[in-house]
Amino acid sequence: MFKKFSKEDIHTRTRVKSSVQRSLKATLVKQFPGLEEVIDELIPKKAEMQIIKCTDKIQLYTVDNEVYFFQKFDELIPTLKFVHKFPQAFPTVQVDRGAIKFVLSGANIMCPGLTSAGAKIPESPGFEQDSLVIINAENKENALAVGKLLMSTDDIRSINKGHGVEMIHHLGDCLWNFSLD
Amino acid sequence: MSLQQVVYCGVCSLPPEYCEFTGKFKRCKVWLQESHQDLYTKLYGDVEAEGEGEVADVTGKLAKSSIGEAREEELEKKLQKLQAKEESKEQRELAKKLSSKVVIRREARTKKKCMIAISGLEVFEIDMKKLAKTFASKFATGCSVSKNIEKKEEVIVQGDIADGVEAYIHALLEEKGLKDVKVEQIETKKKKRPTQPL
Repeated sequence: MFKKFSKEDIHTRTRVKSSVQRSLKATLVKQFPGLEEVIDELIPKKAEMQIIKCTDKIQLYTVDNEVYFFQKFDELIPTLKFVHKFPQAFPTVQVDRGAIKFVLSGANIMCPGLTSAGAKIPESPGFEQDSLVIINAENKENALAVGKLLMSTDDIRSINKGHGVEMIHHLGDCLWNFSLD
Repeated sequence: MSLQQVVYCGVCSLPPEYCEFTGKFKRCKVWLQESHQDLYTKLYGDVEAEGEGEVADVTGKLAKSSIGEAREEELEKKLQKLQAKEESKEQRELAKKLSSKVVIRREARTKKKCMIAISGLEVFEIDMKKLAKTFASKFATGCSVSKNIEKKEEVIVQGDIADGVEAYIHALLEEKGLKDVKVEQIETKKKKRPTQPL
């Protein structure tokens, strides 16, 4: 999604009202229940939140000048900077070492990369199709990408062929390198 | 539970554990060793103690990895290739930067008035809009970014301040570590009015 993205894609940038901010926080917690206890720490009440509308109907939300999450349609998608702060709250899958290189260049993740020895996907019932996952890698602590499951984790295990996770945002892409000033 | 603080590499901006995949591995390693010694030893082991440098690192990782030695070797090879590619690319870019120059053109307008056009900045990754804004406030004049005849962006400053602009750009380039870049001043008169005094 962020293969090409730069300042020129920004349309407007406005401050978010505190009431809207509160409801956004509520949606975030609803989407990722694990965030509940730290949400006030992640997004303090006093923090200045901004919404940046971009081309392709992408909306970025920033807190104190750092992009924390974004929205394409309804779903709020956390950025990796946000994920790194509190990774426990998000559903996670793990890829093997061989896949890292491709993931970092923005490829979709293929099933074999999720089922081999170094990889990890949760036991059934795992995650549903179309759910948002954080992609971690073998022997690494921090997440390296955010993606969307193209098939459920059970299917990934049984079919073991083709695209498993659609890439949304990865380390080193344009959104990662995007800075506001 | 509390929030995690993740260190990001100063060279490639990724968390240090992913530095090896960016192709800037060598510089990343140097940076990490200088600024986060503890992390460095954790990730790459104590190189001096092992005495073998990179070779030791690679074998250490091989032992930990589970994707099979053959594939690991292949991966390593590809990464090295990428790294070499990235390095040569950087060198090329640096050479390009050093060989190009900034042109400050003084254009006469009516009577004693003139304006300054600065071109050739795009190679140096300088934000033109921002520069225009700083010039406008620094010299208290009008300043804008526009396209010139060759369809390249240039900064237009109103008023005869070529020397001030030159000094500022020199300082700016020096900050980026490009001290020897040429900044050239040229003058163009307004056409078809050769008799007009400058």
